[in-house]
Amino acid sequence: MRFVDKERAFRVLLFLCAIVTVAFVGVIIIYLFVAGIPAIKEIGLRDFLFGTEWRPESQTPQFGILPFILTSVYGTVGAILLGVPLGVLCAVFIAKIAPRSIRSMLKTTVELLAGIPSVVFGLIGMTVLVPFVQRVFNLPSGANLFSSIIVLSVMILPSVVNVSENALRSVPKEYELGSLALGANRVETALRVSMPAAKSGIAASIVLGVGRSIGETMAVMMVSGNVANMPSLFKSVRYLTTAVSGEMSYSSGLHRKALFSIALVLLLFLLIINLSFKLLIRQDKK
Amino acid sequence: MSSILSTRDLQLWYGQTHVLKGIDIHIPEKNIIALIGPSGCGKSTFLKCFNRLNELEPQCKISGSVLFRGRDIYSRYDVNSLRKSIGMVFQKPNPFPMSIYDNIAYGPRVHGIRKKTELDEIVERSLKQAFLWNETKDRLKTNALGLSGGQQQRLCIARALAVSPEVLLMDEPTSALDPISTAKIESLVKELKSKFTVIMVTHNMQQAMRIADKTAFFLLGEMIEFNNTDVLFKTPFDKRTADYISGQFG
Repeated sequence: MRFVDKERAFRVLLFLCAIVTVAFVGVIIIYLFVAGIPAIKEIGLRDFLFGTEWRPESQTPQFGILPFILTSVYGTVGAILLGVPLGVLCAVFIAKIAPRSIRSMLKTTVELLAGIPSVVFGLIGMTVLVPFVQRVFNLPSGANLFSSIIVLSVMILPSVVNVSENALRSVPKEYELGSLALGANRVETALRVSMPAAKSGIAASIVLGVGRSIGETMAVMMVSGNVANMPSLFKSVRYLTTAVSGEMSYSSGLHRKALFSIALVLLLFLLIINLSFKLLIRQDKK
Repeated sequence: MSSILSTRDLQLWYGQTHVLKGIDIHIPEKNIIALIGPSGCGKSTFLKCFNRLNELEPQCKISGSVLFRGRDIYSRYDVNSLRKSIGMVFQKPNPFPMSIYDNIAYGPRVHGIRKKTELDEIVERSLKQAFLWNETKDRLKTNALGLSGGQQQRLCIARALAVSPEVLLMDEPTSALDPISTAKIESLVKELKSKFTVIMVTHNMQQAMRIADKTAFFLLGEMIEFNNTDVLFKTPFDKRTADYISGQFG
Protein backbone atom coordinates (compact mmCIF):
# COMPACT_ATOMS: atom_id res chain seq x y z
CA MET A 1 0.00 0.00 0.00
CA ARG A 2 1.28 3.44 -0.81
CA PHE A 3 2.11 5.77 2.02
CA VAL A 4 -0.58 8.25 1.07
CA ASP A 5 -3.24 5.54 1.00
CA LYS A 6 -2.11 4.34 4.39
CA GLU A 7 -2.43 7.80 5.84
CA ARG A 8 -5.88 8.19 4.35
CA ALA A 9 -6.95 4.86 5.81
CA PHE A 10 -5.75 5.91 9.24
CA ARG A 11 -7.56 9.17 9.02
CA VAL A 12 -10.78 7.36 8.22
CA LEU A 13 -10.19 5.02 11.15
CA LEU A 14 -9.64 7.90 13.57
CA PHE A 15 -12.71 9.65 12.22
CA LEU A 16 -14.77 6.50 12.78
CA CYS A 17 -13.57 6.23 16.39
CA ALA A 18 -14.64 9.80 17.03
CA ILE A 19 -17.99 9.23 15.36
CA VAL A 20 -18.71 6.07 17.34
CA THR A 21 -17.96 7.86 20.62
CA VAL A 22 -20.20 10.77 19.80
CA ALA A 23 -22.84 8.40 18.51
CA PHE A 24 -23.06 6.68 21.89
CA VAL A 25 -23.96 9.96 23.51
CA GLY A 26 -26.43 10.81 20.77
CA VAL A 27 -28.09 7.40 20.87
CA ILE A 28 -28.46 7.47 24.65
CA ILE A 29 -30.04 10.90 24.62
CA ILE A 30 -32.38 10.07 21.76
CA TYR A 31 -33.31 6.75 23.33
CA LEU A 32 -34.16 8.37 26.66
CA PHE A 33 -36.35 10.95 24.96
CA VAL A 34 -38.15 8.30 22.92
CA ALA A 35 -38.57 5.99 25.89
CA GLY A 36 -39.30 8.71 28.43
CA ILE A 37 -41.84 10.92 26.72
CA PRO A 38 -44.80 8.47 26.30
CA ALA A 39 -45.30 7.99 30.04
CA ILE A 40 -45.13 11.72 30.64
CA LYS A 41 -47.80 12.19 27.97
CA GLU A 42 -49.99 9.55 29.54
CA ILE A 43 -49.59 10.80 33.10
CA GLY A 44 -49.51 14.49 32.22
CA LEU A 45 -46.40 16.64 32.69
CA ARG A 46 -47.84 18.45 35.71
CA ASP A 47 -48.97 15.37 37.54
CA PHE A 48 -45.68 13.71 36.77
CA LEU A 49 -43.33 16.50 37.86
CA PHE A 50 -45.37 17.99 40.67
CA GLY A 51 -47.36 15.04 41.94
CA THR A 52 -46.41 14.21 45.50
CA GLU A 53 -47.57 10.60 45.48
CA TRP A 54 -45.65 7.73 43.93
CA ARG A 55 -47.84 4.61 44.07
CA PRO A 56 -47.29 2.77 40.82
CA GLU A 57 -48.67 -0.56 42.00
CA SER A 58 -51.85 0.63 43.67
CA GLN A 59 -55.44 0.21 42.36
CA THR A 60 -55.42 3.88 41.36
CA PRO A 61 -51.76 4.32 40.48
CA GLN A 62 -50.10 7.64 41.14
CA PHE A 63 -46.96 8.71 39.32
CA GLY A 64 -45.83 11.92 40.99
CA ILE A 65 -42.05 12.20 41.15
CA LEU A 66 -41.80 15.42 43.15
CA PRO A 67 -40.57 13.45 46.20
CA PHE A 68 -37.66 12.12 44.13
CA ILE A 69 -36.85 15.46 42.55
CA LEU A 70 -36.85 17.23 45.90
CA THR A 71 -34.84 14.46 47.53
CA SER A 72 -32.20 14.71 44.82
CA VAL A 73 -32.14 18.48 45.14
CA TYR A 74 -32.04 18.52 48.94
CA GLY A 75 -29.50 15.73 49.06
CA THR A 76 -27.26 17.59 46.64
CA VAL A 77 -27.64 20.95 48.35
CA GLY A 78 -26.87 19.33 51.67
CA ALA A 79 -23.82 17.57 50.29
CA ILE A 80 -22.60 20.87 48.79
CA LEU A 81 -23.15 22.76 52.05
CA LEU A 82 -21.08 20.23 53.95
CA GLY A 83 -18.59 19.11 51.34
CA VAL A 84 -17.68 22.37 49.62
CA PRO A 85 -16.30 24.32 52.58
CA LEU A 86 -14.39 21.25 53.71
CA GLY A 87 -13.09 20.52 50.22
CA VAL A 88 -12.18 24.08 49.30
CA LEU A 89 -10.32 24.71 52.53
CA CYS A 90 -8.57 21.38 52.11
CA ALA A 91 -7.56 22.55 48.62
CA VAL A 92 -6.27 25.82 50.07
CA PHE A 93 -4.17 23.87 52.50
CA ILE A 94 -2.77 21.55 49.85
CA ALA A 95 -2.11 24.28 47.30
CA LYS A 96 -0.85 27.09 49.51
CA ILE A 97 0.04 26.10 53.03
CA ALA A 98 1.24 22.52 53.17
CA PRO A 99 4.99 21.95 53.05
CA ARG A 100 6.16 20.40 49.82
CA SER A 101 6.76 17.03 51.44
CA ILE A 102 3.20 16.65 52.73
CA ARG A 103 1.57 18.14 49.65
CA SER A 104 2.06 15.22 47.28
CA MET A 105 1.03 12.75 49.92
CA LEU A 106 -2.22 14.64 50.52
CA LYS A 107 -2.93 14.91 46.81
CA THR A 108 -2.41 11.21 46.30
CA THR A 109 -4.73 10.43 49.18
CA VAL A 110 -7.48 12.64 47.81
CA GLU A 111 -7.09 11.04 44.40
CA LEU A 112 -7.37 7.67 46.08
CA LEU A 113 -10.69 8.78 47.55
CA ALA A 114 -11.91 9.42 43.99
CA GLY A 115 -11.03 5.87 43.07
CA ILE A 116 -13.06 4.20 45.81
CA PRO A 117 -16.11 2.50 44.21
CA SER A 118 -19.39 3.93 45.33
CA VAL A 119 -20.59 0.58 46.61
CA VAL A 120 -17.83 0.76 49.20
CA PHE A 121 -19.09 4.14 50.38
CA GLY A 122 -22.53 2.59 50.56
CA LEU A 123 -21.27 -0.40 52.48
CA ILE A 124 -19.49 1.66 55.10
CA GLY A 125 -22.40 4.06 55.27
CA MET A 126 -24.76 1.17 55.84
CA THR A 127 -22.73 -0.61 58.49
CA VAL A 128 -21.21 2.33 60.34
CA LEU A 129 -23.01 5.57 59.61
CA VAL A 130 -26.63 4.40 59.54
CA PRO A 131 -26.55 2.67 62.97
CA PHE A 132 -24.63 5.65 64.33
CA VAL A 133 -27.23 8.14 63.10
CA GLN A 134 -29.99 5.95 64.44
CA ARG A 135 -28.42 5.87 67.88
CA VAL A 136 -27.37 9.51 68.12
CA PHE A 137 -30.72 10.93 66.99
CA ASN A 138 -32.75 8.14 68.55
CA LEU A 139 -34.60 7.22 65.37
CA PRO A 140 -36.46 4.07 64.31
CA SER A 141 -34.09 3.88 61.34
CA GLY A 142 -30.87 5.65 60.51
CA ALA A 143 -31.31 5.16 56.78
CA ASN A 144 -32.55 8.61 55.82
CA LEU A 145 -31.85 11.84 53.96
CA PHE A 146 -29.35 12.93 56.60
CA SER A 147 -27.21 9.82 56.26
CA SER A 148 -27.22 10.03 52.50
CA ILE A 149 -26.16 13.70 52.65
CA ILE A 150 -23.18 12.74 54.78
CA VAL A 151 -22.15 10.01 52.35
CA LEU A 152 -22.63 12.28 49.33
CA SER A 153 -20.62 15.09 50.90
CA VAL A 154 -17.67 12.73 51.27
CA MET A 155 -18.10 11.46 47.74
CA ILE A 156 -17.96 14.92 46.17
CA LEU A 157 -14.75 15.81 48.02
CA PRO A 158 -12.31 14.54 45.39
CA SER A 159 -13.82 16.59 42.58
CA VAL A 160 -14.10 19.68 44.77
CA VAL A 161 -10.58 19.36 46.13
CA ASN A 162 -8.88 18.56 42.83
CA VAL A 163 -10.52 21.22 40.70
CA SER A 164 -10.22 23.89 43.41
CA GLU A 165 -6.62 22.99 44.02
CA ASN A 166 -5.79 23.34 40.34
CA ALA A 167 -7.53 26.71 40.22
CA LEU A 168 -5.68 27.90 43.31
CA ARG A 169 -2.35 26.77 41.96
CA SER A 170 -2.84 28.68 38.73
CA VAL A 171 -3.35 31.98 40.56
CA PRO A 172 -0.49 34.23 39.39
CA LYS A 173 2.32 34.30 41.91
CA GLU A 174 2.53 38.09 41.67
CA TYR A 175 -0.80 38.46 43.49
CA GLU A 176 0.48 36.45 46.41
CA LEU A 177 3.82 38.25 46.49
CA GLY A 178 1.96 41.55 46.50
CA SER A 179 -0.04 40.45 49.49
CA LEU A 180 2.94 39.06 51.41
CA ALA A 181 4.89 42.25 50.72
CA LEU A 182 2.12 44.19 52.47
CA GLY A 183 2.67 42.20 55.62
CA ALA A 184 -0.14 39.68 55.21
CA ASN A 185 0.75 36.20 56.40
CA ARG A 186 0.38 33.14 54.22
CA VAL A 187 -3.03 32.14 55.52
CA GLU A 188 -4.44 35.65 55.03
CA THR A 189 -2.91 35.71 51.56
CA ALA A 190 -4.44 32.37 50.65
CA LEU A 191 -7.90 33.25 51.95
CA ARG A 192 -8.14 36.88 50.88
CA VAL A 193 -6.20 36.97 47.63
CA SER A 194 -5.72 33.50 46.19
CA MET A 195 -9.22 32.24 46.90
CA PRO A 196 -11.06 35.23 45.40
CA ALA A 197 -8.71 35.12 42.41
CA ALA A 198 -9.56 31.47 41.86
CA LYS A 199 -13.27 31.91 42.36
CA SER A 200 -14.48 30.75 38.96
CA GLY A 201 -12.39 27.61 39.20
CA ILE A 202 -13.78 26.99 42.65
CA ALA A 203 -17.29 27.55 41.31
CA ALA A 204 -16.55 24.99 38.61
CA SER A 205 -15.50 22.51 41.28
CA ILE A 206 -18.83 23.03 43.01
CA VAL A 207 -20.73 22.38 39.80
CA LEU A 208 -18.73 19.22 39.28
CA GLY A 209 -19.64 18.17 42.81
CA VAL A 210 -23.32 18.82 42.06
CA GLY A 211 -23.06 16.60 39.01
CA ARG A 212 -21.41 13.84 40.96
CA SER A 213 -23.97 14.08 43.71
CA ILE A 214 -27.09 14.14 41.51
CA GLY A 215 -25.94 11.16 39.52
CA GLU A 216 -24.83 9.01 42.44
CA THR A 217 -26.93 5.87 42.79
CA MET A 218 -25.44 2.90 44.56
CA ALA A 219 -24.19 4.56 47.73
CA VAL A 220 -27.35 6.56 48.39
CA MET A 221 -29.47 3.52 47.72
CA MET A 222 -27.74 1.76 50.58
CA VAL A 223 -28.14 4.55 53.15
CA SER A 224 -31.29 6.53 52.28
CA GLY A 225 -33.99 4.01 53.18
CA ASN A 226 -35.70 3.95 49.78
CA VAL A 227 -39.17 5.11 50.71
CA ALA A 228 -40.98 7.51 48.38
CA ASN A 229 -41.57 10.09 51.11
CA MET A 230 -41.61 13.80 50.59
CA PRO A 231 -38.13 14.51 51.90
CA SER A 232 -37.30 15.66 55.38
CA LEU A 233 -33.99 15.33 57.12
CA PHE A 234 -34.67 12.23 59.23
CA LYS A 235 -37.16 10.45 56.99
CA SER A 236 -36.32 7.62 54.67
CA VAL A 237 -36.24 8.95 51.14
CA ARG A 238 -35.79 7.86 47.56
CA TYR A 239 -33.63 9.68 45.00
CA LEU A 240 -34.29 10.03 41.26
CA THR A 241 -31.46 7.61 40.64
CA THR A 242 -32.52 5.04 43.18
CA ALA A 243 -36.12 5.13 42.01
CA VAL A 244 -34.96 3.98 38.60
CA SER A 245 -32.44 1.42 39.74
CA GLY A 246 -34.56 0.02 42.55
CA GLU A 247 -37.76 -0.56 40.62
CA MET A 248 -36.58 -1.42 37.14
CA SER A 249 -36.25 -5.11 37.83
CA TYR A 250 -39.89 -5.73 38.73
CA SER A 251 -41.80 -2.94 36.98
CA SER A 252 -43.98 -3.33 33.94
CA GLY A 253 -46.37 -1.33 31.77
CA LEU A 254 -46.79 2.33 32.56
CA HIS A 255 -44.70 1.96 35.69
CA ARG A 256 -41.73 0.79 33.63
CA LYS A 257 -42.24 3.57 31.11
CA ALA A 258 -42.39 6.13 33.92
CA LEU A 259 -39.00 4.98 35.14
CA PHE A 260 -37.56 5.95 31.78
CA SER A 261 -39.20 9.34 32.21
CA ILE A 262 -37.44 9.70 35.55
CA ALA A 263 -34.15 8.86 33.87
CA LEU A 264 -34.92 11.54 31.30
CA VAL A 265 -35.49 14.12 34.04
CA LEU A 266 -32.19 13.08 35.60
CA LEU A 267 -30.43 13.42 32.26
CA LEU A 268 -31.82 16.92 31.76
CA PHE A 269 -30.58 17.92 35.21
CA LEU A 270 -27.10 16.68 34.40
CA LEU A 271 -27.03 18.29 30.97
CA ILE A 272 -27.80 21.64 32.56
CA ILE A 273 -25.09 21.10 35.16
CA ASN A 274 -22.48 20.09 32.60
CA LEU A 275 -23.36 23.08 30.47
CA SER A 276 -22.89 25.47 33.38
CA PHE A 277 -19.57 23.78 34.17
CA LYS A 278 -18.43 24.44 30.60
CA LEU A 279 -19.52 28.07 30.84
CA LEU A 280 -17.67 28.59 34.10
CA ILE A 281 -14.47 27.07 32.73
CA ARG A 282 -14.69 29.25 29.66
CA GLN A 283 -15.15 32.31 31.84
CA ASP A 284 -12.04 31.34 33.73
CA LYS A 285 -9.96 31.33 30.56
CA LYS A 286 -11.01 34.87 29.66
CA MET B 1 23.77 61.23 59.10
CA SER B 2 21.40 58.63 60.54
CA SER B 3 20.93 55.50 58.47
CA ILE B 4 17.54 53.84 58.46
CA LEU B 5 18.79 50.62 56.91
CA SER B 6 22.21 49.09 56.89
CA THR B 7 23.79 45.77 56.10
CA ARG B 8 26.91 44.21 57.50
CA ASP B 9 28.81 41.61 55.49
CA LEU B 10 25.58 40.40 53.89
CA GLN B 11 26.07 37.13 52.03
CA LEU B 12 23.40 35.21 50.19
CA TRP B 13 23.34 31.85 48.44
CA TYR B 14 20.67 30.23 46.29
CA GLY B 15 21.67 26.62 46.67
CA GLN B 16 25.29 26.49 45.50
CA THR B 17 25.19 29.88 43.79
CA HIS B 18 26.84 32.66 45.75
CA VAL B 19 24.65 35.62 44.82
CA LEU B 20 25.67 38.34 47.29
CA LYS B 21 29.25 38.42 48.44
CA GLY B 22 29.54 40.56 51.52
CA ILE B 23 27.60 43.79 51.11
CA ASP B 24 28.07 46.67 53.54
CA ILE B 25 25.81 49.65 53.02
CA HIS B 26 24.34 52.47 55.07
CA ILE B 27 21.16 53.90 53.67
CA PRO B 28 20.29 57.41 54.84
CA GLU B 29 16.71 58.23 55.72
CA LYS B 30 14.40 60.08 53.29
CA ASN B 31 16.66 59.63 50.34
CA ILE B 32 16.19 57.98 47.00
CA ILE B 33 18.74 55.23 46.51
CA ALA B 34 19.23 53.69 43.08
CA LEU B 35 20.72 50.23 42.67
CA ILE B 36 22.26 49.79 39.25
CA GLY B 37 24.29 47.10 37.54
CA PRO B 38 24.08 44.54 34.74
CA SER B 39 21.48 41.75 34.81
CA GLY B 40 22.31 39.02 37.28
CA CYS B 41 24.53 41.24 39.43
CA GLY B 42 22.37 40.60 42.49
CA LYS B 43 20.73 43.99 42.87
CA SER B 44 17.14 42.66 42.89
CA THR B 45 18.13 39.92 45.28
CA PHE B 46 19.77 42.52 47.49
CA LEU B 47 16.57 44.61 47.43
CA LYS B 48 14.49 41.68 48.59
CA CYS B 49 16.78 41.15 51.58
CA PHE B 50 15.24 44.23 53.15
CA ASN B 51 11.72 42.79 53.38
CA ARG B 52 12.82 39.16 53.62
CA LEU B 53 10.96 38.20 50.48
CA ASN B 54 13.99 36.09 49.58
CA GLU B 55 12.97 33.62 52.21
CA LEU B 56 10.23 32.35 49.92
CA GLU B 57 12.82 30.94 47.54
CA PRO B 58 13.71 27.42 48.48
CA GLN B 59 17.36 26.89 49.34
CA CYS B 60 18.03 30.53 50.07
CA LYS B 61 20.71 30.98 52.71
CA ILE B 62 21.71 34.29 54.24
CA SER B 63 24.52 35.33 56.57
CA GLY B 64 25.62 38.66 57.94
CA SER B 65 23.05 41.14 59.17
CA VAL B 66 20.50 43.64 57.97
CA LEU B 67 19.64 46.38 60.44
CA PHE B 68 16.43 48.37 60.28
CA ARG B 69 16.61 51.27 62.72
CA GLY B 70 19.37 49.42 64.49
CA ARG B 71 17.51 46.12 64.90
CA ASP B 72 18.53 42.98 63.05
CA ILE B 73 15.54 42.02 60.92
CA TYR B 74 16.72 38.43 60.57
CA SER B 75 16.75 37.63 64.26
CA ARG B 76 13.58 37.65 66.30
CA TYR B 77 11.87 40.21 64.10
CA ASP B 78 8.21 39.72 63.15
CA VAL B 79 8.32 39.44 59.38
CA ASN B 80 4.78 40.76 58.90
CA SER B 81 5.40 43.92 60.84
CA LEU B 82 8.70 44.30 58.99
CA ARG B 83 6.86 44.18 55.66
CA LYS B 84 4.35 46.68 56.96
CA SER B 85 7.21 49.11 57.62
CA ILE B 86 9.10 48.28 54.45
CA GLY B 87 6.75 48.19 51.47
CA MET B 88 7.48 46.93 48.00
CA VAL B 89 6.51 47.75 44.43
CA PHE B 90 7.21 45.11 41.81
CA GLN B 91 8.51 45.17 38.28
CA LYS B 92 5.20 44.19 36.73
CA PRO B 93 2.18 46.03 38.13
CA ASN B 94 0.34 43.45 40.22
CA PRO B 95 -2.95 44.88 41.47
CA PHE B 96 -5.22 42.24 42.98
CA PRO B 97 -8.19 41.22 40.83
CA MET B 98 -10.59 43.27 42.91
CA SER B 99 -11.85 46.85 43.04
CA ILE B 100 -9.54 49.85 43.29
CA TYR B 101 -10.88 50.55 46.75
CA ASP B 102 -10.34 47.00 47.97
CA ASN B 103 -6.82 46.98 46.59
CA ILE B 104 -5.85 49.97 48.71
CA ALA B 105 -7.85 48.85 51.73
CA TYR B 106 -6.31 45.37 51.60
CA GLY B 107 -3.22 46.17 53.63
CA PRO B 108 -4.95 48.21 56.32
CA ARG B 109 -7.62 45.52 56.66
CA VAL B 110 -4.99 42.84 57.07
CA HIS B 111 -3.45 44.93 59.82
CA GLY B 112 -6.74 45.16 61.65
CA ILE B 113 -8.46 48.35 60.50
CA ARG B 114 -12.18 47.67 60.11
CA LYS B 115 -13.90 51.02 60.39
CA LYS B 116 -15.34 52.21 57.11
CA THR B 117 -14.63 55.90 57.70
CA GLU B 118 -11.03 55.18 58.59
CA LEU B 119 -10.58 52.99 55.52
CA ASP B 120 -12.19 55.65 53.32
CA GLU B 121 -9.68 58.17 54.63
CA ILE B 122 -6.72 55.88 54.04
CA VAL B 123 -7.88 55.09 50.50
CA GLU B 124 -8.25 58.75 49.64
CA ARG B 125 -4.95 59.75 51.24
CA SER B 126 -3.00 56.93 49.58
CA LEU B 127 -4.46 57.57 46.15
CA LYS B 128 -3.69 61.27 46.50
CA GLN B 129 -0.13 60.50 47.55
CA ALA B 130 0.23 58.37 44.42
CA PHE B 131 -1.28 61.09 42.18
CA LEU B 132 -4.09 58.75 41.26
CA TRP B 133 -7.02 60.23 43.15
CA ASN B 134 -8.37 62.46 40.41
CA GLU B 135 -8.34 59.68 37.87
CA THR B 136 -10.01 57.12 40.10
CA LYS B 137 -12.22 58.89 42.63
CA ASP B 138 -15.35 58.26 40.54
CA ARG B 139 -14.60 54.59 39.92
CA LEU B 140 -13.26 53.29 43.20
CA LYS B 141 -15.61 50.31 43.03
CA THR B 142 -14.53 49.20 39.57
CA ASN B 143 -12.02 46.44 38.97
CA ALA B 144 -8.42 47.57 39.24
CA LEU B 145 -7.43 45.45 36.26
CA GLY B 146 -9.35 47.92 34.06
CA LEU B 147 -6.72 50.61 34.70
CA SER B 148 -3.88 51.30 32.28
CA GLY B 149 -0.44 49.86 33.02
CA GLY B 150 0.88 53.13 34.42
CA GLN B 151 -2.21 53.65 36.54
CA GLN B 152 -1.93 50.10 37.82
CA GLN B 153 1.64 50.73 38.90
CA ARG B 154 0.65 53.93 40.71
CA LEU B 155 -2.17 51.94 42.31
CA CYS B 156 0.43 49.47 43.55
CA ILE B 157 2.40 52.36 44.99
CA ALA B 158 -0.75 53.67 46.66
CA ARG B 159 -1.45 50.19 47.99
CA ALA B 160 2.01 50.04 49.50
CA LEU B 161 1.62 53.52 51.02
CA ALA B 162 -1.72 52.61 52.59
CA VAL B 163 -0.06 50.70 55.43
CA SER B 164 2.13 53.75 56.25
CA PRO B 165 5.54 52.26 55.58
CA GLU B 166 8.82 54.05 56.25
CA VAL B 167 10.71 52.52 53.36
CA LEU B 168 9.57 51.71 49.85
CA LEU B 169 11.44 49.08 47.86
CA MET B 170 10.97 49.35 44.11
CA ASP B 171 12.12 46.63 41.75
CA GLU B 172 12.43 48.25 38.32
CA PRO B 173 9.00 49.82 38.72
CA THR B 174 8.96 51.47 35.31
CA SER B 175 10.50 48.78 33.12
CA ALA B 176 7.08 47.60 31.94
CA LEU B 177 5.74 51.12 31.29
CA ASP B 178 5.70 53.64 28.46
CA PRO B 179 7.76 56.88 28.71
CA ILE B 180 4.85 59.07 29.85
CA SER B 181 3.84 56.71 32.63
CA THR B 182 7.50 56.39 33.55
CA ALA B 183 7.85 60.15 33.89
CA LYS B 184 4.78 60.24 36.14
CA ILE B 185 6.18 57.55 38.39
CA GLU B 186 9.54 59.31 38.57
CA SER B 187 8.04 62.61 39.63
CA LEU B 188 5.88 60.72 42.12
CA VAL B 189 8.93 59.03 43.61
CA LYS B 190 10.65 62.41 43.97
CA GLU B 191 7.63 63.67 45.91
CA LEU B 192 7.60 60.62 48.13
CA LYS B 193 11.09 61.21 49.41
CA SER B 194 9.93 63.95 51.74
CA LYS B 195 8.18 61.25 53.80
CA PHE B 196 9.72 57.94 52.79
CA THR B 197 13.03 56.33 52.03
CA VAL B 198 12.98 54.84 48.55
CA ILE B 199 15.34 52.10 47.36
CA MET B 200 14.93 51.46 43.68
CA VAL B 201 16.48 48.91 41.38
CA THR B 202 16.76 50.27 37.88
CA HIS B 203 18.20 49.18 34.58
CA ASN B 204 18.03 52.69 33.34
CA MET B 205 21.05 54.83 34.26
CA GLN B 206 19.36 58.03 33.10
CA GLN B 207 16.59 57.27 35.54
CA ALA B 208 19.08 56.89 38.36
CA MET B 209 20.68 60.19 37.40
CA ARG B 210 17.33 61.95 37.21
CA ILE B 211 15.92 60.96 40.57
CA ALA B 212 18.39 59.26 42.89
CA ASP B 213 20.28 61.04 45.66
CA LYS B 214 22.66 58.16 45.99
CA THR B 215 23.50 55.32 43.67
CA ALA B 216 25.04 51.93 44.31
CA PHE B 217 26.73 50.01 41.53
CA PHE B 218 26.59 46.22 41.72
CA LEU B 219 28.67 43.75 39.78
CA LEU B 220 28.75 39.95 40.14
CA GLY B 221 27.33 39.97 43.64
CA GLU B 222 29.52 42.74 44.98
CA MET B 223 28.76 46.35 45.64
CA ILE B 224 31.54 48.08 43.76
CA GLU B 225 30.70 51.63 44.62
CA PHE B 226 28.12 53.60 46.59
CA ASN B 227 28.14 57.35 46.43
CA ASN B 228 26.15 60.48 45.76
CA THR B 229 24.60 60.04 42.34
CA ASP B 230 26.33 63.00 40.69
CA VAL B 231 29.71 61.95 42.04
CA LEU B 232 29.25 58.34 41.00
CA PHE B 233 28.30 59.25 37.47
CA LYS B 234 30.75 62.12 36.98
CA THR B 235 33.83 60.91 38.77
CA PRO B 236 33.51 57.22 39.49
CA PHE B 237 36.08 55.93 41.89
CA ASP B 238 36.38 52.44 40.48
CA LYS B 239 37.35 51.64 36.90
CA ARG B 240 34.60 49.00 36.60
CA THR B 241 31.99 51.63 37.49
CA ALA B 242 33.43 53.96 34.91
CA ASP B 243 33.36 51.23 32.27
CA TYR B 244 29.76 50.33 33.09
CA ILE B 245 28.34 53.84 33.09
CA SER B 246 30.15 54.73 29.89
CA GLY B 247 28.55 51.73 28.27
CA GLN B 248 31.64 49.52 27.92
CA PHE B 249 29.59 46.53 29.07
CA GLY B 250 26.13 45.90 30.33
